[in-house]
Amino acid sequence: MEFIIQLFADPATYRLLTIVILSIFLGIEVISRVPSVLHTPLMSGANAIHGVVIIGAIIVMGQAHSDDYLALILGFLSVVLGTLNVVGGFVVTDRMLEMFDKKKKMKKG
Amino acid sequence: MLDILLPLSYLIGSITFIIGLKMLSHPDSARKGNLVAAVGMTIAILATIFLYTDENGNKLGNYVWIFGGLIIGTVVGTLAAKKVQMTAMPEMVSLFNGMGGACAMLISIIEFKHHTSIPVDLYEEAGTSVLKMIPGTLFITIIVGMVIGSVSFAGSIIAWGKLNGKIKDFSFNGQHIVNLLLLGVITALTVYVVAVRPETTIMLFYVILVISLLYGVMFVFPIGGADMPVVISLLNSFTGVAAAFGGFLYNNPVMLTGGILVGSAGTILTILMCKAMNRSLKNVLIGSFGGGAKAGPAGAKEQGNYKEISLNDTAVLMAYASKVMIIPGYGLAVAQAQHVCHELEKILQEKGVEVAYGIHPVAGRMPGHMNVLLAEADVPYEKLLEMEDANDQMASTSVVMILGANDVVNPAAKEDPSSPIYGMPILEVEKAEHVIVNKRSMKPGYAGIENELFFRPKTSMLFGDAKKVLQDLVSELKQV
Repeated sequence: MEFIIQLFADPATYRLLTIVILSIFLGIEVISRVPSVLHTPLMSGANAIHGVVIIGAIIVMGQAHSDDYLALILGFLSVVLGTLNVVGGFVVTDRMLEMFDKKKKMKKG
Repeated sequence: MLDILLPLSYLIGSITFIIGLKMLSHPDSARKGNLVAAVGMTIAILATIFLYTDENGNKLGNYVWIFGGLIIGTVVGTLAAKKVQMTAMPEMVSLFNGMGGACAMLISIIEFKHHTSIPVDLYEEAGTSVLKMIPGTLFITIIVGMVIGSVSFAGSIIAWGKLNGKIKDFSFNGQHIVNLLLLGVITALTVYVVAVRPETTIMLFYVILVISLLYGVMFVFPIGGADMPVVISLLNSFTGVAAAFGGFLYNNPVMLTGGILVGSAGTILTILMCKAMNRSLKNVLIGSFGGGAKAGPAGAKEQGNYKEISLNDTAVLMAYASKVMIIPGYGLAVAQAQHVCHELEKILQEKGVEVAYGIHPVAGRMPGHMNVLLAEADVPYEKLLEMEDANDQMASTSVVMILGANDVVNPAAKEDPSSPIYGMPILEVEKAEHVIVNKRSMKPGYAGIENELFFRPKTSMLFGDAKKVLQDLVSELKQV
């Protein structure tokens, strides 16, 4: 109970909760009418977008004390992993979609 | 002036994610959508590096480490993504997803260490109650983010290993009960740690971490074959939620919107896939395939006779057909036969045969896997029929050619209530005049279920590697 009160007492948390609720509906609305051809690229694109967790990794890394080697190493590792997720995700998605593009141009040409 | 730049960049980031996802769901704009999201991500990342300040106004440091990590990640990520074969795409997505989960997990671990390690003199003054000074919301955010991140990480790695054949299916009796138990322990420990804050809190945090990793492994291990796409999609949305918890942690709106968007969009995508198989998510996760034990006796039950067909006969049959429907499956992807397949389609068309592809939504290892594969070979978009349309046209089709597909044409899904795939909609190939099945051997498909279709009177088997068989078939057709 205390926890729930705490949750609503802080305006910042409350604002974030509002964003959460709206984003849930937005996510459902945005992709609810997607043709099955695009399921794989869409999954892959969404995969790249959740790589936004990299921002957390950068903040952690940037705040680590220069003598706290454990934090530095773990932070560095998380930046590498997050970047892999973002860059790999976007590049793979682009490669998949490139094929659709190529095909379209051929049809026009 | 300068301090509005960071929130502005985050706002741009959030908007590009929404627009990017929206554009990704239309064939014409999909590629641009991916690019839009990537640009937004770059802006958000650069803004964080150069503009982020903590509550005391301090900027971030350790630029060498940050840029070092970014560069290594970019080079490795680009190379891996460029080099990967089209067939291995699903594994790759699963692997990248695991990286994101691991990233979320590490962030939580570092933040936990940061909040629980307090200068000694302060610690002595406050005693163990220092732990109690951490706000409950912060504490729970860190732990839940860590749990979801590590489940997603461990699960994705197992899914990756299973898809590329490094890890075999493994299950034991009562595994689901063990899994539920693990989940129960994680929940109970989390509640205990957050509510009570015992002296062993730090140790218990790492216990939760280990159990979460174990749960991720156990969660994916028993799920076999045909259900793997659903699992990857689900893990994808897990990582989204883990990223969103990071957003809570840092009060960061772009992490929150990005994470939650993926969380909810991924969940919808998962449900769409389950619908395609006519099964509930619960059924996929809990009622997983029984593995080898079940497939054995079922196979022995009705090992009837099958008939083979020669390449020559196949060529003649197809050349004089009015309409041919090609049903691709994972076997086509493995054999890298998509280009030859397109060649076959072209040569048949030159001979006046109407050719279409019947695409089952879960054929291959990922939804849309076959579409991507055939698009690579420049097969025109209009030739790819979705399951309902393909089934409508089946009765007017003279020859159905099944290339490395198995479970998606298994009549047991309609006829045998004891079959693990009972209830899944299939391509009803038996409505056509002839059915030709290309397989490498009589071995059951990925899901390990015997397929009675191969023994039916309409069916002829054409054994061999899909690429080799198709090449030979094309040259035979040239002579007909």
